[in-house]
Amino acid sequence: MEFCNTMSAKTKIAQRAAQEIKPGHVINLGIGIPSLIADYLPSDGTVLIHSENGILGMGQHCPRGSEDRNLINAGGAYVQTIPGAAFFDSALSFALIRGGRLDVACLGALEVDQHGNLANWIIPGKFAPGIGGGMELAQKARRLIVTTNHVTRKGAPKILTACTLPLTARACVDLIITELAVIQVTSSGLLLRELADGISLQTVQNQTEALLRLPPEGVGRF
Amino acid sequence: MINKTTKLRAAFTGIKNGAVVMVGGFGVPGTPFTLIDGLLTQGTKDLTLIKNEANEDHMGVSKLIESGRVRKLITSHLGLNATAIDYMNRGLLEVDFYPQGILAEKIRAGGAGLFGILTDIGIDTILVKNKPRMELNGHRLMIEPALRADIALIHAARGDHFGNLIYTGSACNFNPLMATAADLVVAEVEQLVAPGELDPDHIHTPGAFVDRVVHLETLTVEYGILQHHVR
Repeated sequence: MEFCNTMSAKTKIAQRAAQEIKPGHVINLGIGIPSLIADYLPSDGTVLIHSENGILGMGQHCPRGSEDRNLINAGGAYVQTIPGAAFFDSALSFALIRGGRLDVACLGALEVDQHGNLANWIIPGKFAPGIGGGMELAQKARRLIVTTNHVTRKGAPKILTACTLPLTARACVDLIITELAVIQVTSSGLLLRELADGISLQTVQNQTEALLRLPPEGVGRF
Repeated sequence: MINKTTKLRAAFTGIKNGAVVMVGGFGVPGTPFTLIDGLLTQGTKDLTLIKNEANEDHMGVSKLIESGRVRKLITSHLGLNATAIDYMNRGLLEVDFYPQGILAEKIRAGGAGLFGILTDIGIDTILVKNKPRMELNGHRLMIEPALRADIALIHAARGDHFGNLIYTGSACNFNPLMATAADLVVAEVEQLVAPGELDPDHIHTPGAFVDRVVHLETLTVEYGILQHHVR
């Protein structure tokens, strides 16, 4: 099993994930691979990017030298805004999320399982920096896309029959996009929708603990 | 005429050891660095701090933590502050984590004279442990008590002598909520104007919520661009 964390893997995942975003969508992109998705979205006002710290209409990262000290994204990077952007407080920011006005959230994962459970906030005894906005994003976004490397740094599967880590939210994931595959979470398990170019079904199933079912209409490529 | 302006050295009169202190800010934007330095100088300790995060090492509220002034931190995430995480892991700092939006709502409720909120955030996670629960209209919920503080430290872009405040950009975040939720509200403002110069349509925090206003004559380096976050 090979851990693939090259820029090409992250780029492939981000580019494929960007295709899931439709005109008019209000979206939130988590830190890590999800934040790269912004680079592949139009910044002409067809999509509104929400940032949990109180921005709607977040734009691209700032060109060096034009940073505004009062304008950062949730990870601390300096950003721009698009025409039509709005600023608001943290209560309103999360009202947007919990109240059902967030069309798509893209988050990373430590583990995802065949029931759509997500674990990405804590490894007890090892990694416990807190919660942030992730639980609310996972639980309340209208659609949740997990973008992640297919296996861990040590080559262990991340797509499991059952999460072993404490959950971020239960039965919340709709789609999983890795550098190897696009997998839909359904009420009867995981459906393999697409395979990356040059990757075989066996390769993907070997690196996935959960069983991947095949759709009757066949598996696409990306 | 009402005039709530005061010098920094008088901003903390009445605050005692063991106080509960709310501090605005999400990262650098909105963090009241000058008021934090004032609190540090004033020497009060055994504090319970409520903030979205703990800034980064050696900045903002981290200076209070690193000086041993903080007994407990109520927060959402410490990911950008390795020192705070280390203090937590070594038992030097007690930490209560909340989902960020729930922390915001607990504070908003406290500022609105309410005693708690009902939420399903984390209902299927380890967060429910030891939390009071109930069912309402078929929804399984947790009861989260509201949060109030003895003192709130607020940063605003503009303010006037009545205590009216306007925030800017992503420096807004928790400030408007905390500005309603403390018995003593102290705001530092970058620009101080006379009453009547702030457009009533644009005021975020009406002055009735604010007790003391400190005008920032200069902005220290802490308010500026963090080079390690620049691409």
